[in-house]
Amino acid sequence: QGKFTLLRDTRTDGSFLVHHFLSFYLRAGCKVCFVALLQSFSHYNIVAQKLGVNLTAAKERGQLVFLEGLKSCLDLLFGEEEEQPGQPSPLQFLSESTSDLRALFDFVRVSLTPTDSDSWKGPVLLVDDLTVLLSLGATPVAVLDFIHYCRVSVCSQLKGNIVVLVHSNEDLEDEENELVVNSLCHHSDLILWAEGLATGFCKDVHGQMKIIKRVSLQQVGEQDLVQVYQYKIQDRNVTFFARGLSAAVL
Amino acid sequence: LVFTEEDKYGLYSNLLFKYFLAEGIVCGHELFVASAKEHPDNILKELPAPSLDDTRGEELGDETAAVKSEDFQDSMKIAWRYQNLPKMEASPTTHTKFGHYYDVSKKMPPEQLQSIKWHSFYLHEELSSQPKMKACNMNSAYMRLLQSLQRIISQGGFDGSDPQKKPKNVLRIGIQSLGSLLWGDDICCSETPEDAHSLTKFLYVLRGLLRKSLSACIITMPTHLIQNKAIMERVTNLSDMVVGLESFIGSERETNPLYKDYHGLVHVHQIPRLNSLICDVSDTKDLAFRLKRKLFTIE
Repeated sequence: QGKFTLLRDTRTDGSFLVHHFLSFYLRAGCKVCFVALLQSFSHYNIVAQKLGVNLTAAKERGQLVFLEGLKSCLDLLFGEEEEQPGQPSPLQFLSESTSDLRALFDFVRVSLTPTDSDSWKGPVLLVDDLTVLLSLGATPVAVLDFIHYCRVSVCSQLKGNIVVLVHSNEDLEDEENELVVNSLCHHSDLILWAEGLATGFCKDVHGQMKIIKRVSLQQVGEQDLVQVYQYKIQDRNVTFFARGLSAAVL
Repeated sequence: LVFTEEDKYGLYSNLLFKYFLAEGIVCGHELFVASAKEHPDNILKELPAPSLDDTRGEELGDETAAVKSEDFQDSMKIAWRYQNLPKMEASPTTHTKFGHYYDVSKKMPPEQLQSIKWHSFYLHEELSSQPKMKACNMNSAYMRLLQSLQRIISQGGFDGSDPQKKPKNVLRIGIQSLGSLLWGDDICCSETPEDAHSLTKFLYVLRGLLRKSLSACIITMPTHLIQNKAIMERVTNLSDMVVGLESFIGSERETNPLYKDYHGLVHVHQIPRLNSLICDVSDTKDLAFRLKRKLFTIE
């Protein structure tokens, strides 16, 4: 409870982790607010079905609040003039000169604040992927502020968890991106870092996963626990194995 | 959303761009062609003709490919992005027949072009109409393109907004040389462009439009002119498929005996991972292309 997990991918696609956490928390009975910025609802729904979860049903029973960023953006930019004054679009920053993500935060807060009729276990905020906000013109400071407010609200006040995916590649000199990612790393309780293999594409090993448990945050003087595995993504599953021990090799 | 990085002189990406459009005509799709460089009407006049017989057999006998060097003038990079459509393989293998074949030595007959509906967006001829789009701090050329596209999608019923519309068709969108100076964007000119976000914002909105409609889009971009690596990564992230063409013209590879039968390399940087945990990775990763008199092949 109250944990911040950072999903990070470099030179590969770490979205399989997002699919995992989404179905994991829904099956656990948590209330989930999913800020999906890059893909459509149906994409996640189809994959979730393979993982044994029905997103449409979860939405209908109020367990899942799904923000489809692409659709929201279109509604904002091409939508009709009459908008309810009390409900600005979560992606309001796109059409404003200031780039603060207050509207997005308000959306998250309202979605996860339990109502009287709610009986879900712990709220969860899931974001895929945070670095897209930079591509949309949000400043790194605005993005970090947004996460900070979410932590206070979701982790501290509501005792829930946050899982955020970011892309990063230090070779690419994207200062804004690295600023956001490094800052988030410092404040994460758990980091799952998926990396493409340095040797290039391989059919049996899709990448390497570094699992970093930030023990140093909880106890002074303690070292972080780092474990490294390799993985292969399959249609309904991801298999992990120790480095050099993929089934193809053994 | 398929994104193609142009080869240095743009000849080959230009060709692939035309193949995409030609396939649309043969399939009866509707077309939307946008350019700041060439009038789309002219692009559409220069499409390859569908070959009526299997020309592959002919090509095998046609050993000497006479390729004129004067043809290698224009540079274009094409970007593809596919949205909710089956993936199209660039090179049909001998076992599967997918799509149609074209003869690049002949032009598509005008009657065939007239058989489908098409829209063109030539930046310099576009009148700035009332903006139906809310201001979003984006380059005005991109905004006009998005408005035009949104209007066509909505009026054409591609987004399912009008249930009475006739049987669903696919809209094929081709955007030429996005990001170049002709679109008013300076990302090709400097490493620290003034407006670093217009292109990525444009791509995000485009992605949204594609996701909610029956459409597929190809974009070409002169990425060899873009020095900012961060922007390229963001662009890749916003695309479904990214392909780069590297021609051998003027490079040291031109004389490398390994490549003597080919004109360039095809780099597949990213393939779509849609509606699934896995993606359709083929075993072959080293691809090269060659342009013969009648046929463009990727092997």
